[in-house]
Amino acid sequence: MQGESLSFIFLNAAIINNFVLAMFLGICPFLGVSAKLKTAGSMGAATLLVMLISSACAYGLNYLLVEFELEFLRLISYIAVIASSVQLVEMVMKRFSPALFRALGIFLPLITTNCAILGVALFQTTHEFNLVQSLVYSFGAGVGFTIALVLMAGLREKLELSDVPTVSSGLVMSLMLAGLLSLSFMGFAGLGGH
Amino acid sequence: MDSKQTPITMDTFLAQVWRDNPVFVMALGMCPVLAVTSSATNGLAMGIASTFVLIGSNLLVSMLRKLIPKQVRIATYIVIIATFVTMVDYILQAMAPAIYAALGAFIQLIVVNCIILGRAEAYASKNGVLASVVNGAGTGAGFTLALLLLGGVREILGAGTLFGIDLFGPHFQPWLVMILPPGGFFALGAWLLLFSWLKQRKTRRAELKGEPLHAG
Amino acid sequence: MSAPHTSTLSATPQTPSFRLIAVLGTVAMLSGLLIVLVYQWTLPTITEQKRLALERAVQAVIPGASSIETLVLEGGQLHPDSANVNGLHVYLGYDQAGTLQGIAAEGSGQGYADLVKILYGYDPACQCISGFKVVASRETPGFGDKLDRDPKFLANFQALDVQLDAEQQALANEVVTVKHGTKSKPWQIDAISGATVSSRAVGRAINDSASKLLPVLTPRLSEFAKRSP
Repeated sequence: MQGESLSFIFLNAAIINNFVLAMFLGICPFLGVSAKLKTAGSMGAATLLVMLISSACAYGLNYLLVEFELEFLRLISYIAVIASSVQLVEMVMKRFSPALFRALGIFLPLITTNCAILGVALFQTTHEFNLVQSLVYSFGAGVGFTIALVLMAGLREKLELSDVPTVSSGLVMSLMLAGLLSLSFMGFAGLGGH
Repeated sequence: MDSKQTPITMDTFLAQVWRDNPVFVMALGMCPVLAVTSSATNGLAMGIASTFVLIGSNLLVSMLRKLIPKQVRIATYIVIIATFVTMVDYILQAMAPAIYAALGAFIQLIVVNCIILGRAEAYASKNGVLASVVNGAGTGAGFTLALLLLGGVREILGAGTLFGIDLFGPHFQPWLVMILPPGGFFALGAWLLLFSWLKQRKTRRAELKGEPLHAG
Repeated sequence: MSAPHTSTLSATPQTPSFRLIAVLGTVAMLSGLLIVLVYQWTLPTITEQKRLALERAVQAVIPGASSIETLVLEGGQLHPDSANVNGLHVYLGYDQAGTLQGIAAEGSGQGYADLVKILYGYDPACQCISGFKVVASRETPGFGDKLDRDPKFLANFQALDVQLDAEQQALANEVVTVKHGTKSKPWQIDAISGATVSSRAVGRAINDSASKLLPVLTPRLSEFAKRSP
């Protein structure tokens, strides 16, 4: 859609249709890596970086696929692009910023199987975004993912201090928390509809 | 190098459905589980699509397991899985466009469902063709069961219907939040709570009777 | 392939890289073959299903249309439909005798959760909107998802006024959605109570699309009025 403004695309991806809490993308890292606030932040940053790169690559790739009428290879090529951009980020980071690599490095392989990344690539294609819109969209999605992860980690750190019945500890409690977070994010719906 | 083939029994299939249920026990593949279970029909369709991909990829990985060098095995598995997902995508588009529209991009996102890559890596790459297919079918059935349980509960509470059939008549006030995103988290949490309560009760009873523990 | 210095590390010999490439290439070729086969096999059915779905949607907003011609509005001009033109799709609906029954066009507006995409019917005789149908929406179930089923809301679209102004360049009156129960003019849409945001999305979708389309379409209506059946 050509009519959508960039700020709205950003807001939509980050808050209104938050990738984790409204679209259920990237639940695995959301439940797995959200126990500590610090790791959650790093994971979010790493995901954001990979999202931006793979979104740009996916845009270029889709252009080629449409040009040669090979749309049926879209899924396979997107997956290949994401896996290689994760590798690429890993290598570049190792070479130029070892400190950053030490902070984010262990999260990078996890990101390949994060469906939020593939989700961004697929959704920007169905929305027919242009390059700038795609980048803004993936940036918004990454920010939204980070927000959800950090909020969740904050809640879980607090939870460690409280007395939870053993039967509902662990995953059950995390899911209930996520449900409450998702419920509160529903309040943002309608932000753009005035 | 094959280790000695274990005989294929009913257990090869059933273990995956119940004892090692991919969703309730292993907590894998959460994204599609939560995203498409706003109705039982959608859950069932997603389950069947994933089962097809599981069986297909397990079959092919198992057939090729002696040819694939271990350095490129993950890449090969992903290519194989993506192939079957693309096939499902087109078949569903042709046969059931309404369901395809409801599931949307989540059909293509089967590719990053860790259950499938997990089965290829942990089972199909080490076992015979038939055993792998049975294991894949079992995992798929377990996944479908989980999706159905979740989708059924959410649809009954959130819309008052099951498979689109009205259950309670016109005076039922649907509990809307159950078919909205938060309901997915709540319903899955409630199922897991039920299972962990059952398990706890079982262990406690066993302790009271002084029997040796079986449950892990 | 067993270089002496590797023996301490592992017993498995190094696989030569040409073998890695060969295996990957073979698997990729195999999967390419499978995908192309399924694609070719399902393509006719998918195209047919899409055509049927479009036909049903267009017939819902232009009753009596038995054949459809597709045009694309892009850069202020109407083009015949083809793959490399991207823009607003416009469908001319003809009856069996080849007389224009009405025009359907796409529109989209921001709703509560996401874009609401609609198809609306335009009746050139009364210069009004004669119906609409939601094509895609993620509006809240129970509130915003009953847009094209709520009889009171649908009554707005029996004759929603969209006539052009004197210069034929813009709509004479902007289509606006007003709060439930306050409709007083024929170009106003009475919102569903409790789903004002979703109702507004429909109003804006029609307004945006019609104000782009109608100034271009109206001067050419006589060309489209008839076609050989």
